[in-house]
Parts: sequence; C-alpha cells; structure tokens
Amino acid sequence: MIFLELELNGAQITCDVEPRETLADFLRERCRLTATHLGCEHGACGACTVAVDGEATRSCLRLAVMCQGQSVQTLEGLENDRTMEVLRRQFHENHALQCGFCTPGMLMMARDILLRIARPDAEVVRNQLSGHICRCTGYAAIVKAIVAAGLELGRADSRNHA
Amino acid sequence: MKAAPFDYVAPKTVAEAGASLAGPGAVAIAGGQSLLPMLNLRVALPDLLVDLGGLQELREVTATAGMIRIGALTTHAAIEDGKLPDGFGGLMQKVASRISYRAIRNYGTIGGSMALADPAADWSGCLMALGATVRISGLQGARSEPVDAFIRGQYSTSLNPDEIILGFEVPRPDTSLRWGFFKVVRKSGAFASSIAFAVAYGRGGPVSVVLAAAAGRPYSLPRIAECIRAGETAEEPLRAAVAQDVAPLIPRDDPYLMRLHASTVLRAVREMQAR
Repeated sequence: MIFLELELNGAQITCDVEPRETLADFLRERCRLTATHLGCEHGACGACTVAVDGEATRSCLRLAVMCQGQSVQTLEGLENDRTMEVLRRQFHENHALQCGFCTPGMLMMARDILLRIARPDAEVVRNQLSGHICRCTGYAAIVKAIVAAGLELGRADSRNHA
Repeated sequence: MKAAPFDYVAPKTVAEAGASLAGPGAVAIAGGQSLLPMLNLRVALPDLLVDLGGLQELREVTATAGMIRIGALTTHAAIEDGKLPDGFGGLMQKVASRISYRAIRNYGTIGGSMALADPAADWSGCLMALGATVRISGLQGARSEPVDAFIRGQYSTSLNPDEIILGFEVPRPDTSLRWGFFKVVRKSGAFASSIAFAVAYGRGGPVSVVLAAAAGRPYSLPRIAECIRAGETAEEPLRAAVAQDVAPLIPRDDPYLMRLHASTVLRAVREMQAR
C-alpha cells in the first residue's frame, strides 16, 4: 500500500491505496463518489472523465498513486459551479440524456470544452466530444445542449487555456 | 477489467529511474495513456511500475537558433496549445491536435508515444520527417540517435531495459518550411490506417516524405521526395513515384491498401505544395 495525499473536490484527503488502483476505482470504491461511471476501463468510452489539476482526465487511465499532491474534481464537487449549473439546465431542457450512464462524463467534458473554447459551434462540440460514447445514441441532443450552454455563458465566462 | 498487482516507485532522478528499470519485470510509465489500457486488460503484466512523472528534466523545452529540444514528458495537449516554441510552421501543433481525444492528450506524452513505437502512432513519422534525434539516458550514460535508427519495428526501439528517453532534438529550418499532413482514421481519435507527412525546406531544398501506419514502422519515401524536390507537380509522375515507394511496404496485390496509402501521401504532398 502507498500513502496518498490529494485534494478531492476542495478537501484535503489522505488514504492508503494499492498501486494498481485506478483513480476511478479510488473515487468509487474508497471515496464512494459514484457519479464517476466506469464503462470500458480502457479509455474508449469517456464515462469516467474527471478533472485533475483542472484538466479533463480519463480516471480509468490514471493510477490513484500518480495523483499524489494533485487536485481532483468530480461531478459531485461541481454542484455550485457556474458552468456546470448552466450545463445541467441545458441538458435537462434539451433532453440530453436517456439512460444517463454516459452523462457524468459528458458533463465533465462539456465543462472542459466550454472553459477552453468560447461559444463552440456544433461541429467543434462534435469533434471535441468524439471520445465520448452514448449507447442510447442521443448525441444530437447532447451537442445541442452544450452549444446552448456555450451561448448562454458567452465569452465573458470563458477563458481560453491556450 | 482491473490491472493485476504490481509494485510502484516514483524516482526523483534519472539515475534512480535507470537503476529501478534495470531490475526484472520493471516497466516505465510516463502519461500512461497507452500503458493503462494494457494494464487494465492484463496485456501488460509488470512486476514494478517506474513512474517517470517526477523527473523534472524530462519536462524541459528549450529553443536555440538551430534547434528545439523537447522534453520527453511534454504532453500532446501542450504541443496542441502551442506551448512549444514553433519552428515548424504549425506542423507539430496540427499533428498533436489530431491524436486521440483531448482527455488523452492532457496526459499522453511525446516520449511515451515514441518509447511504445506503435506503428500507427503519429510522432515517430512526424519526427522522422523533421530529421529529429532522440536523447537517451541509461546506466551506461547518455547517447543520441536519429529517430529513423531508434525505431526498430512494431513496438520495438533501440532502448535497453535500463534506458529512458530524455527528449528530442529537432533541427530548426533556417529557410521557410512547407508541410503537409494527412491521415485516414475510421473514427476520430482512433489509431490511423494511414498517415503521411511531407516536409520541404525552402524552394528546391531538401524534401522529406514519410508514410506511417502502413507497415511495422514509418518509412521515408525517397522517390516521391526526389520528384517534389525536382519541382514536379503533375499528377501522373507523382502517382507513379508514390506507387513505387509504397509497393514494398504493403502485401502484394492489395489494391485497397495501395490506393489508401497512395492517396494519403498525395494529399499530404498537395497540401505542402499549396503552401
């Protein structure tokens, strides 16, 4: 076991973890933060996307021990986040989820897109979202919701990382 | 699936990393964006994972008049976002932006990609076209090798078990550089079926054309490169040269593969010629 210290949704936490434990399993099994969903466990589906040090990250492709000293944000920690608030409402209004399994990953990636790119159009969103699979195939509504959220948030709220 | 158990160390110096990697069953991990799927699927079964993430000198990027040194731990996303000094007219930025997905690019590194040597990866072909050199460190000391010699074949490089990639030295062109880059991917973000790079230094200067994902490793295409250097722009001679270059790299009598790779190369060449 390895002693792990990291910031999780704004709180400092410490924990002993096995080296082979992915960040996704750490979040779900040890921290009981089950908004992060595990689909494929090899980086293809995007359902487990979280933010590590502010960057969108596949939590199934990151070992918990590699997050030593880093800051991890999951959907649970973004309840009062302005971007996520708008995204949640737009997903609701645009019927952007059916079974909901892919939704946490979609929301985390959508937030990442809107923080990097101001007012993305549908083509940009489709491209940026291409690493996320929705097996209900509800992509049209998801793209629509993210485009609408981008327009609502406008340029003022978006900062370009580049 | 879940990874099988392994031990983990995070060395603080390159020497420590070399010593750990020299032991039996040790595997280096950088961004882990290829290794983690292999661990989760139990295709890779290391006894010890040596995390290179803490090696600060592998993160350094420096530029001189003659070359750009890129640390092995530089992420695809950093290159995509233009955080590297650009001496190559945006080629590396474009290549980075088309690798997998953003969440993968945030952690995947140029050094990790090169060490894995997947035949369908982008950087080996790109760095070959740019005439780059790999800087390597191991228990016997440091060495440098051109990318062309470093890549041995499918998932095979000249790295010894105790060696790691420190970074890459990419010569900066002293004239204008024109480039073309085209790849065929069945789904955005997936590994490519065909990747072509065309790079020309000045007018009438050296030309490099590289085809990746066609065989076990990227290959330079000498005939089409010579054709372009000689100023040829007509369709027929270019097609003939590409066909000659591609034929030895693919199974005989496969018209689909021939058409696929020939059009990838020609599109890269056309993009370069249009610049």
